Amino acid sequence: MIPVAEVGFYESWWIQLLKALVIFAVVFQLVPIVLLAERKALGRFQHRYGPNRVGPFGILQPMADIGKLIFKQQFRPRTSVGWLFTLAPAISMFTAVATMAIIPFSDTVDIFGTEVGLYGIDPDIGILYAFAFGAIAFYGLMLGGWASGSKYSFLGAMRGAAQLISYEVAQGLALVGVIMMAGSLSLTEIVEAQSDLPYVIPQFVGFVIFLVAGFAETNRPPFDLPEADAELVGGYNTEYGGGRFAAYFAAEYLNIIVVSAITATLFLGGWQLPWVDPPTWVDPIVVLTKTLILVWFFFWVRATLPRLRYDQLMSLGWKIFLPLATLNALVTAILVVET
Amino acid sequence: MPWTAGDDVIEVIRAPKPGPARSTYRAFGETLRGLKTTFARMVEGPKTFQYPEEKVPVYPRFRGRHKLHRFEDTGLEKCVGCSLCAAACPADCIRVVAAENTPENRVSAGERYAAVYEINLSRCIFCGYCEIACPFDAITMGHDYEMSDYNRGDLIFTKEMLLAEPLDRSPLRSE
Repeated sequence: MIPVAEVGFYESWWIQLLKALVIFAVVFQLVPIVLLAERKALGRFQHRYGPNRVGPFGILQPMADIGKLIFKQQFRPRTSVGWLFTLAPAISMFTAVATMAIIPFSDTVDIFGTEVGLYGIDPDIGILYAFAFGAIAFYGLMLGGWASGSKYSFLGAMRGAAQLISYEVAQGLALVGVIMMAGSLSLTEIVEAQSDLPYVIPQFVGFVIFLVAGFAETNRPPFDLPEADAELVGGYNTEYGGGRFAAYFAAEYLNIIVVSAITATLFLGGWQLPWVDPPTWVDPIVVLTKTLILVWFFFWVRATLPRLRYDQLMSLGWKIFLPLATLNALVTAILVVET
Repeated sequence: MPWTAGDDVIEVIRAPKPGPARSTYRAFGETLRGLKTTFARMVEGPKTFQYPEEKVPVYPRFRGRHKLHRFEDTGLEKCVGCSLCAAACPADCIRVVAAENTPENRVSAGERYAAVYEINLSRCIFCGYCEIACPFDAITMGHDYEMSDYNRGDLIFTKEMLLAEPLDRSPLRSE
C-alpha cells in the first residue's frame, strides 16, 4: 500500500498567501544565481573564468545586467500589435512562476502547531497542472513573435510552436510510466512512492525522454531553434528590449528551474534520499540541491551539443521519442498489471 | 533533352547507411562522449590570463614602444640628429630637428644632437625600421605595449619621454 499524503488538505488563507510569497521569493532569488552560474559554468567548460569583475567573484553581474535592461527605453516596431506585444512577456513570466507552485519541497510539516504543506498547492490533477501551464507558456512565446510584426520573430515563434507541440506529446507519454507506477497524479504521492527506489532506475527511458523533452520545452540548446541567434537574430524576442526582454529572459531561466525541479520530483525522489532518513528541515535543501544539479546538467549540455537542424529536431521528436515513450508506457503498464 | 552520364563520370560506392536503431544508439553514445570531453575541459581549469593583473610575458625581440639611449659612462645622448630613422620610417611618424653641439652645451657624443625628437605613436606601425636605420644604436624598440590614451596629442612622445627609463610594465619571457 502506498502511503498517501494529505491531498486536498485544508489550509487557512493566510498560510496559503505566505507560502505563495515564500515560493515567489525563493524562486526569484534563484534566477540571478542561475544566470550567473550558467555564465560561470560555460566559462569553465571553455577554459575561461566567466564573469568575475562586478563585485566579489562577479556575483553582482546579474544585478548589473538586469539593472541595465530595466533602465533601457521601451520601444516597439511600428508594425507590432501594442497590447499583445506588452502582454506576451508577462504571460511567459506568469506561467513560469505559476508552475513552481506544485513543486513539493516536503510533506505536510508541523510548524509551531500549524500543519503546513511545504508546497504551493497539491491539486488532485497534480502534474497535469504543470502541463497546462506549459501549454499556456507557449502562448507567451507565440504571441510575442506574432505581435512583433517582424519576419524573424514570426519564424522563431512558428518554430517554437511546432517544437513545443511535438515534444509535449513525448514528454507527457514519458510521464505515464511514472504515474502508473505511483498510482497517483499528485506530486507529493509520487514522491512518497519513491521512498524505496527513485524512479530514475526503473523508469530510465522515461527519465531520458522527459529530460530531453524538457530541453526542448525550455528552448535550451541543443533545441534552441526558436531563438537560434545565428539565423533568426534571437527568434521570437528579436524585437524586444529592456524590461520586456528581461521578462522573457527571466522566464526562460525560471522554466529551466521548474523543469529541473519537476524532474527531480518525479524521477529523483524529491525530498527523499536513498538509505538515509534526514530530519524534515533538510527536505527543502535536498529538493533544491537535486534541482540545481539538474540545472547544472542543462549548462553542461549547452556547452557540449550544437543546435539541431529543424528536420532532425522533428524526426527525433516524432520518430524516436514518441515510439520510445509509447513503448515505455506499454511495458510499464504490462509490468504494473502483472505484479 | 535528358542528361546522360558521360564516360568521365564515375559512380561513387558508399557504405550502407546505419538503420534507425543503430544510428540512435550511435548518436546517444556520441552525445555521452561529447559530454565527457567538455567535462574534462572543466576539470582542467581555466587557462586564461586575468589581463590587467596578470600579463602575458613578451619575447625579447618584441617590438614595443621606442626607447632612446645615452652612453652609460658619460651620460651623453647617443642620438646625433642624423634623421636616418625619420627617412626610414614608412609611417612618417618621426620628426627630428638637429642642432650643433657647442663646448658649453654638449648633449651628444657627435657633432650635432637632436634638439627635437618626436615620435607620433598614434601613427607608428612598430616595424622597427628606425632601429635598423640608426647607425649609433640610439633608438631601439622597447617592450612596452600599453600606450592607450585619451588624447591624440598625448601620444606624441618627446625626446625626454623616450629617454626616460620606461615603467617596467611588461614581463619578459625567454625565447
